Order: sequence, then C-alpha cells, then structure tokens
Amino acid sequence: MGRRGVRVAASDVPTSIHLRRSYLRERPAALPELSELDVVRHFTELSRRNFGVDTSFYPLGSCTMKYNPKVAERIASYPGFAHLHPLLPQLRMGGILTQGALEVLYEMERLLCEIVGMAAFTMQPLAGAHGELTGIMMMAAYHRHRRNHKTTVLIADSAHGTNPASAAIAGYTVASVPSDAQGGMDVQALKGMLNDQVAGLMLTCPNTLGLFNPNVREICDLIHSVDGLAYYDGANLNAIVGKVKPADLGFDIVHLNLHKTFATPHGSGGPGSGPVGVVEKLAEFLPVSTVIKRSDGTYALEYDRPNSIGYIAPFYGNFGIILRAYVYILMLGREGLERVAENAVLNANYVREKLKDYYHLPYPQVCKHECVFSAARQAERGVHALDIAKALIDRGFHPPTMYFPTTVKEALMIEPTETESKETLDAFIDAMIEIARLAETHPEQITAAPTTTPVGRLDETAAARNLNIASL
Amino acid sequence: MIDKASRYAETHEWARLEDGGMVVVGLSSFAIEQLGDVVYMELPAVGGEVTKGEALGVVESVKAAADVYAPVGGKVAAVNDAVQGDPDVLKRDAYGAGWLVKIEAADPKEYEALMLADAYEKFVQNQEQ
Amino acid sequence: MPFIANTEQQRQEMLDAIGLTAADLFSDVDASMRCGPLDMPAGMSEQAVRARLAELAGKNSINLTCFLGGGFYDHFIPAAVGALIGRSEFYTAYTPYQPEISQGTLQAIYEYQSAICRLTDMQAANASLYDGGTALYEAMMMALRVTDRNKIIIDDSVNPIYRVMIHSYTRNLKIELVETKNADGQADREAILKLLDDKTAGVIVQNPNFFGLIDDYSDLAEAAHAKGALLICSCYPTSLGILKTPGAMGADIVTGEGQSLGLPMSFGGPYLGFMATRSKYVRKMPGRIVGEATDTEGRRGFVLTLQAREQHIRRDKATSNVCTNEALCALTALVYLSLLGREGLRETAQLCADKASYAYQKLTAIKGVRPYFRAKWFFNEMVLDLPCEASGVIGRLIEKGIAAGFPLSRYYEGMDNAILIAVTEKRTKEEIGVLAEALEAVL
Repeated sequence: MGRRGVRVAASDVPTSIHLRRSYLRERPAALPELSELDVVRHFTELSRRNFGVDTSFYPLGSCTMKYNPKVAERIASYPGFAHLHPLLPQLRMGGILTQGALEVLYEMERLLCEIVGMAAFTMQPLAGAHGELTGIMMMAAYHRHRRNHKTTVLIADSAHGTNPASAAIAGYTVASVPSDAQGGMDVQALKGMLNDQVAGLMLTCPNTLGLFNPNVREICDLIHSVDGLAYYDGANLNAIVGKVKPADLGFDIVHLNLHKTFATPHGSGGPGSGPVGVVEKLAEFLPVSTVIKRSDGTYALEYDRPNSIGYIAPFYGNFGIILRAYVYILMLGREGLERVAENAVLNANYVREKLKDYYHLPYPQVCKHECVFSAARQAERGVHALDIAKALIDRGFHPPTMYFPTTVKEALMIEPTETESKETLDAFIDAMIEIARLAETHPEQITAAPTTTPVGRLDETAAARNLNIASL
Repeated sequence: MIDKASRYAETHEWARLEDGGMVVVGLSSFAIEQLGDVVYMELPAVGGEVTKGEALGVVESVKAAADVYAPVGGKVAAVNDAVQGDPDVLKRDAYGAGWLVKIEAADPKEYEALMLADAYEKFVQNQEQ
Repeated sequence: MPFIANTEQQRQEMLDAIGLTAADLFSDVDASMRCGPLDMPAGMSEQAVRARLAELAGKNSINLTCFLGGGFYDHFIPAAVGALIGRSEFYTAYTPYQPEISQGTLQAIYEYQSAICRLTDMQAANASLYDGGTALYEAMMMALRVTDRNKIIIDDSVNPIYRVMIHSYTRNLKIELVETKNADGQADREAILKLLDDKTAGVIVQNPNFFGLIDDYSDLAEAAHAKGALLICSCYPTSLGILKTPGAMGADIVTGEGQSLGLPMSFGGPYLGFMATRSKYVRKMPGRIVGEATDTEGRRGFVLTLQAREQHIRRDKATSNVCTNEALCALTALVYLSLLGREGLRETAQLCADKASYAYQKLTAIKGVRPYFRAKWFFNEMVLDLPCEASGVIGRLIEKGIAAGFPLSRYYEGMDNAILIAVTEKRTKEEIGVLAEALEAVL
C-alpha cells in the first residue's frame, strides 16, 4: 500500500556506482508499509497485552522479578555510553576516549568481587547460561593446564536445565546427584559418585527449592578432594547477597545474573548479563580481554593472556546492562544490599507461612528467597498447578513458576522479592486462599480460568503439530 | 494398560517377538500417558544398526521429551512412518498400530532378558510410588 | 532504603504474624558461613548517582565522526523506536511462559521471526540469540547436529571477532575446524572445494565479508549440498535492503548481528543475534521459537513452541544451553523494520552504498591511497592501502575528532597499511570531505 513510517534522509551524494545486478535482491523485502502512527498504535496495543513488573506482582520463582529502577534506564541512554563504538579502545588514542566506560567495567568487577568474595571477574558473558558455559570452559582449561583427564560434571537433580546443558555443550558428560529427604544434595550419594573423572560440580545455593544447604561446605571440600572445582550458580544470589560470600563456602567459580539480583530489566526474555567470578588460581583462564587500571590511574584493556579460554563475546559484555546494574549497586550501597536479602527472605517466608495450611508444603523448614508448594491436594479434585496459575491471572497476578523443580509434583514456586510490600503480598495470599477454597467447592471455576485475558488457554499441542512460526 | 503378550524394558519400551526373529518395538501405555500429547518423533532409518540400551529415537510432547531406547540390538527392518502423521495413534493403540520400529534381533538372549508383563506391572507400580 | 517497600514496623508485623524473629530467617546459615559488612561505599541518592555517571559518560567520546565499522555500525535510529521499546509492559516482563498474559511479547516475536525470514528469504527464524558471534557458533553446532558430521570449513574473511569466538568454544570439542585464507579479499573457492568432503558438516561464509566485499555464494551452496554439507552465511541485515539474500543463494542457516537494526552501539552490547533456516531443519535450531495457536474459543494467539528441544526440558541433550535471549533487542529490530518498512530499508541500504562509493572515490584520489583488493564490489565498507602504517594514521585522525576506521593488522598478518573504513547513511558529504582532507594532511 506504500505507506511510509520514517522518511530516510535525502542523499547528498551522487549514485556513482551501480552494483552488479547478480549481487542484488530481486525485490525489496516484504516489510510492513505503515505510517509512524500505525506502528506506534500497533506496538502500544501489543504492550497492553503483557504483564510486567510495572503492571503486576510477578512472583515467578527463580527469576527474581524485582522492580527495575527508572534511573538506570535514564543513565543507559546517556550519549557518552549509548553511542560509544566498541572497537574504539582497540585503536591507538582510542582508549583515552573510553575511560568512563572502562571505569564502569573495572569498578563493577571490583564490586562483584567484593560481593561474592572472588579474586577476579569477567563481565563478558551475555546471560546466565552463557556465564555457565564460560565457567565450565574455565574449568576445562584448568584441568587441561594441570594435565588432568576429567570427563564428568556433577549436577543436582533439582538444578535448572541450563546447568546440564552448559556442561554438555562444553564437552562434559553430566551425572545427576539426587536430593535427600530435606531437599538438599544427598551427600552420601555424592560421595559414591566421586572419582578422578570428576571435573567439578555445579550447585545452586540456595537451591531451586529455596533451601540453603547446611552441608554446602562439605560438598565443596569433597569436590576439591578429587581435584574438582566447585561451581556456584548465582541464579539465587538474591537470598544471601551481603550475608554470605560464595567464595567463603568453598566455591571456585560463580556466575551472577545481573537481571535477577541486580535489578536490570528482564526485557520479555533478555538481554541479560552473566558475569563470572573466579578464585585466584583460575584468574589466568578468564576470557580475553580484561580491564586493568594502570599506575597513572587510567584504564586499559589487557589482551596478552596466554592461558585464557579466549574470546567468548565480541567485546566487554552487555555493557548497557552492566551499567544499569552498576547504578543499582551504587544506589543501594553496602547496607542496602544486605537489606535486599533480609527482605527477600522475609517476604518469601511470610508467603510460605500464610499459605502452608492451604497448599501442601513438601519442605516445611525456613526458606530463603522463594518457597515451593505442591498443588497435589488440589490435583485430587482435578485442579492442577496450571489451573491455579490461570486463576491467579484472573485475579491480577502473574503466576509463580509451575512444575519446577521437577522433584516436586505439581510444583508452584513463589519468589516475591524484596521490592514488594506487605499489602501486595497480603492481596496475593488472599487470592491464593480463595483459589484453594474454590478448588474444594467449585473446581470448575478454577479450571475454566483465565476468562479476563485477550485470549484463553491456547492449544499448544495443535500449535506444535501444525507449525506456523512465520508469516512468509 | 499392559499388554500381556509383550516384554518390557525398564525404560518403558515394549517388545514382541514375531516369526523369524523380528522384534516389534513400541512405547508402553504408561510411558505415553506420562508424556502427554505427542507432537513429534524422530525414528531411525531403515537399515541402520541399533544397540540394546542405546537411544534409537526421540518422542516429544509439548512439555516433555523422551528418548526411545532399543530393547534389543540389531538391524532396523521397518519404521512406522504413519505415527508421525497421526501421533494420537500411540494413545489409541499403543501395542498395535502404535508400534515404532521392527528390529531384526541379533541376539535372541537380549529379548529373553526383558521383563515379562507381570514384572513390568510391578515395576510401574513401584515407580508411581 | 531505596527499592525496598516495607518499613521496619511492617517487617516486625510480618515477623509477628508468622511467629519468627529476624534471626530465624537465616538460622539455616551457620554463623561461620556469614560474611562481615561488605567493603564498599554506602548507598547514594539518585541525584548523586546521576551526577557521578554523567561525569563518567563525559569521559567518553561522543563527538567523534564515526567511520568505524567492523560489523558494528553507527546507523540512524528513529525516535519512535525508543518510545515503543521503552514501554515497561515490554521491558519489565520476562520470557512469555504464561501465554494468556504475554500475547504482546509473543506476537511481537512471531512478527520478528517473520521479518527475519522475509529479510533473508528463509522459512524459519528463532526468537533471537545473544549476538552475531554466538549466533554463528550456534549455527555451526546446528550444522554438526543436522549432518551428524564433525568438520567445519570457515573462510577467513568472516568477521575475525566471530572466528576467535568459535575457536574458544570448540576447544574442548571433537570438531575439525579448518580455516581457509581469503584469495584477494574473497572466499577462496579452490581451497574450499578441495577441503569439502563427505565429512564436512558446513561451510561458513559472510556477506558482505569483513572487508566489506560483496559475494554471491550460490556456487558454494551447490558444492556443499553436493557433498551433503550445509552452507552457513553470516550477514549484515541492513545490506539486505538491496543485496541478494542468503536464501536466494541457497544458504541453509543464516545468522547475523542485528545491532544495525535500531540498536545503539552501547560499547559492545546488548546486541542481537538472529538466526534463520530452512523449514526442514527447524527442529535442530537452537533458541526459543514462537508459533501461532488457537484458544478454546477459536481466537488466534501465539505460544512458545517446539520447547522439547530446549534446556529446561531436554537438559544435557538440549540443542543449546541458551535460556534468556535478547527479546527486547529483537523487539527493537522489529519496531525499526516496521518504521522503515519495505522502501525505507531499501533506501537506507542504497544510501549506505552510495555514500561509501562516494567516500571511496574521494579517498582513493588522495596520493598514495589505493584500494587494497582488486575486487571493487563493496557495500558500505572498504579496505584501503595507505602509504604508511594504518594504526598510526588512525591515532592521528582520532586527535582530529575522526574515528577513521579499523587497522586490519590487528587480525590479519601483513596488512599493516590496510584500513577498514565504514560509511553509513548518517555520514554526510561534508563529513566525508573532512575525512579526506584530514587523511591527506596526516599522510
């Protein structure tokens, strides 16, 4: 229809060379032909079909959906950051013109080292799972350097799927360590799995049940006894930030999700940022490049790293995300970070205690940042975790994580985060109690949910069988 | 439902010996129920060799995926392509029209070593607990 | 305390309500495991933080005229892009696990997948990957899975930043990765055909390549297919406004860096890795994929589909470990492409090519400056041979406020005098003139 959105600047140069015809596409790509207002209305309408932290309570377990401060968005758009070309520091005289950005990276590394107790950090990994892969690649480099022949990485059965996937993609075989009756890693089983093939172990602490493993030190010691490395999956750091440093527990490698603990927006599924910290003996394996501070106070990039695992990202990480997290840490400061964990844990325990009479709580002890219920009781009446999730939608809440960890049947994993108020939690608790009651008296009202959304439950089976993933 | 005439692997495949040493293989009703609606499967090529206990294919539902392991080793003699077009046949007729592959068993002892229906029934009951 | 809702009084009320003390909450963490107070500054006010960060931003250059490219470009970004992706219903949401309340994100991803397919002439695209480099690595891994082979041939005029990344990732894997040296700036057909055999999973090329040169890889696609291998092509999406598509060349997997589609350069990220393939390979493709679906009342909607390939279900057997991708960056690219539209993207690409060829004429008219390669078909980036070392010249031009280009000696041995210069639609005739004068003056 030929409608135009943005007018492209008029050319001020002659069209002097006509490219060879065989190098050109036959017809322009069939992109939309819309006015700017058409486009704005379309995406504004789409945005209204979303839940976000800014619209609704979003207790999605293991995802740490805390409030994303607006000041960070503002700062990330400063031209001095947003318009900076990443190749500049690689040019002669170019480093001088990126001193502010390099200082952010350097300072952020120092702050994260302090927060988790590690000796060095790389800011390069572009998401949590990318950090895992980076960490496991360093694990492999360490063993190669020591001429160890290791084949296996041990991972808790309750771990996020990214753990085994990352270890496998890095070239390792994965062995799954079972949980014990308290929900933690089974230390006896772990002992039985230890041998000199074990390259290391990946552990989330607190784990995906929201439980802190009291044996975590012993587990790290056991791994070290076979010259393995202990990897800390920082997905749940929000529970212990400012309280416990993973390095003090015996971990050698840690990745953090800046989009969880450090409040950068989740962006409907990215971009994230997954920096990785290591103990001193692993620092030589960190990716190229690293930011250094020279004796004259200026910052530079160090490329000469002979034992490094090499390049894992094109540049210095998702700088725009790192910058937002830096802003967040500066604003909270030392006492603020500690309050984060205290309030995140209080909020989760408040929900746990208030709902435990209504939903089955498989692990009744004090939890950390999240609690996991089972809808097994409701399932007997034909109301499953999925139905409860959909009923919550009708009541204005984003559902918890469902059916994970898989070690709990009908799991509902609730992570309120510290940024939520008592009033919000009370409203959520009331809704959960109402749903539990209806599951007893009028289960059909729960299984019919949601009724307030632009679309109802979608047929995912048909969607997968008759695949339509693009309008061509 | 468990087919009394078949034998079973711990990984929930059924196997039935036909004339001429041919072993027909499928997934037990229990396994199919656990998976949910199957949306896709990947099966081996006819003529390929499979080893007992190793994955010969994958069955996917919307929320889960399961490897199908060869209950016996040998050459793949036939593959049931009809299942791909109508995955619901697995639910309707798991032990009949829902068969997946036929294997020319290399070693009859491998078949003999599989669980009988009664043993599998107990095995499943234990798993459910 | 910033960003923490409850007051001390409310905290106490909550503790009382559940019969716990503050100490109980961490009773499972032994005292010996606790750390002392963190050694870092106290919290700052928003005003103080903004002043501090404005100071840091001010230490970075913003006034350089940018002729620096290398796969990352200074393109114009319409204001409506920022306005729309700045809606917090998009940026404060997470992965659309609950389709009923994520139709905005899901439909946007479906539209993004469609736009990438139309741009590249492919049939299936994923919801995005981290960046062009990790996307290329994932494409390589995908080719290994599709073919069940383990040899990869990669032309060395593929972005060297991506090549070093692929080397890092494959170090512990049993993959035979063979690099072929370019022949006068372009993929060496003879060398590639010699290496191409029935063990080869894929051939990796780039268009335009790192030197900015345009190629038509139809011959390589045909040769690869004849041996049962795949052709993987990394491409610069803006160039697809006018250039022959990888789909038309017969490529099997297409990847690229989507930064040029409305994302600021942001000192290296966040960027956008895109990936597209042929329908028959969709189940081997990594990353999230959105598909059309119907609800119980027959209404059209969208869901995440083919999830059984992914890590949260398949764990160590997944097609990739990727979980979080770059959804907001994909949305940015979609909004950008929707605003520019069919004609706008074509015009932008044409402008880039026109301005680059104008710059080429101005610069090669300078005494001692010559084209480095004989091939003259470039898109918006060119390699010029200077009469002296390029890195020194670049340093002197930076002092004059111009980021003139990239010294190729950094990645290519023997190319000490070669400079890679990029010209986007943002550069004016006047700026190109200033570059030419300044270059002439420092030589």
